[in-house]
Amino acid sequence: MTLTTAHRAEPEAEPRKPKRRKSTQVQDTRVDRVFMVGVYILLTTFLLVVLVPLANIVASSFSSPAAVSGGRVFLWPVDFTLVGYEAVLSNDAILTGFANSVFYAVVGTLVSVSLTVMIAYPLSRTELVGRKVLIGGVLFTMLFSGGLIPTYMVVRALGLLDTRWAIILPTAIAAWQVLIAMTFFRSSIPGELYEAAQLDGASDLRFLWSVVLPLSKPLLAVIALMYGIGQWNSYFSALIYLRSEDLYPLQLVLRDLLIVNNSGGSNLADQLAAQQMADLMKFSLIVVSTVPVLLVYPFVARHFTKGVMLGSVKG
Amino acid sequence: MDVMNGERRRAARMRNVRRHWQLYALLVLPVAYFVIFQYIPMANNVIAFKDYNVVQGIWGSPWAGFDHFERFFANPVAWDLIRNTLMLSLYGFLAGFPVPIILALALNEVRARFFKRTVQMVTYAPHFISTVIVVSMLILVFSPRIGFMADVMGFFGVDSNLLADPDAFRSVYVWSDVWQTAGYSAIIYMAALAGIDPSLYEAARLDGASRLRKIWHVDLPGIAPTVVVVMILSVGSVMAIGFEKAFLLQNPLNLSQSEIIATYTYKIGLLSADFSLATAVGLFNSVINLILLLAVNTVSKRVTGNGLW
Repeated sequence: MTLTTAHRAEPEAEPRKPKRRKSTQVQDTRVDRVFMVGVYILLTTFLLVVLVPLANIVASSFSSPAAVSGGRVFLWPVDFTLVGYEAVLSNDAILTGFANSVFYAVVGTLVSVSLTVMIAYPLSRTELVGRKVLIGGVLFTMLFSGGLIPTYMVVRALGLLDTRWAIILPTAIAAWQVLIAMTFFRSSIPGELYEAAQLDGASDLRFLWSVVLPLSKPLLAVIALMYGIGQWNSYFSALIYLRSEDLYPLQLVLRDLLIVNNSGGSNLADQLAAQQMADLMKFSLIVVSTVPVLLVYPFVARHFTKGVMLGSVKG
Repeated sequence: MDVMNGERRRAARMRNVRRHWQLYALLVLPVAYFVIFQYIPMANNVIAFKDYNVVQGIWGSPWAGFDHFERFFANPVAWDLIRNTLMLSLYGFLAGFPVPIILALALNEVRARFFKRTVQMVTYAPHFISTVIVVSMLILVFSPRIGFMADVMGFFGVDSNLLADPDAFRSVYVWSDVWQTAGYSAIIYMAALAGIDPSLYEAARLDGASRLRKIWHVDLPGIAPTVVVVMILSVGSVMAIGFEKAFLLQNPLNLSQSEIIATYTYKIGLLSADFSLATAVGLFNSVINLILLLAVNTVSKRVTGNGLW
């Protein structure tokens, strides 16, 4: 309080003047204005650091093989052409991988979301016997995990090696998502609704299906997209559990094409042309495989923000 | 008296279970998941103390005590692995921890909504790009032949293929991680900043605080609990540094720095099929990690009063 008195005069004088700005806004001093210039420079730099590599990839993907191979593309396509995309879309391994990834993402998300709701909803009900023990059991898996080989042995023992289930089941539930869903159910579903439903004679399942889930659409969207994108982007399970190439998800195909990279060719001219085409294809491939994620991304960005906030609510 | 109470409680519980049987039925499948894919693997770690062979199985194989651990530490590679793992994560922590906080504080100052939105949308985006793609982008962009970054670096007088340089491996790994995650990690701090009591800003304004002082005296204390939680989580995952990216960035040239515990476990476990040794190494890693997490949490609770539980 003592500090405020010294500066009283200014704010009091203000209302009498005609308002130039909204009253809630901070009146910037000169130091503040210099500071704000710094803030804008910082953020613009950050924006460019993120944006430029992405723009370079997209621009390259629309350029000619020779321009890409010669390193002549920066932020705008050179010798605009679609041959990179034509090559990508006529490659069987890529198409199979794409289809497989769609399957893993869709089925995996359905399984994961169902299982997450099935555990998170009962755990959000305080009258559940053994609730604390179960929550502890879920949370402990965030601190300590079985590890690579011990998990591999379980998958092998179940006969899931080299099947589609090996991609979906071992990572079906993420403890973090259970926590988010549980917090949401507990904080966003009013207890009065449950009491009313009980008076109407609705069973627990009926209540979950007809009241809780319709009220939880934002939550379901968030966890579905987190699982979906996670599944779309992962290659680890496939690397470990799959042998048959016709089951490979896109990411594993991409790894072989983009990183392990084995291009051959008999004579020098062929080799050069093949090399140039391979260079271009990599850029187009990156764009093609990221498009599905980027298509849903703006649509869900705000939901994601909400999801992170849900997760940040402690307790 | 106690017996009566206990019995009554048990009866009440039975009534509860019978009345809400559907809730318990829902739990069956997810609980089965946790048992099969989380807790049985934990139990399978017992083979770290056995000479596992397929014929005798997990429980039938002969005990080996700490032989596999001794075998691991007797190998000079062990210390390289531990050093590589720790250095990589500590570097990652030191570089990756402050950036999202700075980003969030800066964004919080911006009033121009369009600019703010644009920065947010763009900087979140890399989070959703897969590791395979990020590594491919690195390889392409830093390629001396086709990448524009090679030209940029040439301009500054750095003239080498970063991805083949073992000494550059950690920087490439860490800063590409910052590139990918800083925007998204800032969300949690933005949320915390949004939750700060507006009357504090009002008070700061009446006190004539500059923006910088306002950040120092209102924003930072406001997000401190969040910062602590994030810090504990990141220190707690120091040894859990991911397999995915290190494995993809590895090549024969940078192996001296890029071989970490996770990639080594994969190689001896699945490529050389030495299950017991791989499990021992993995278990060592998980236990150190758990101890670190518990230690940081305890210290943080003492010092700041904030912890994970």
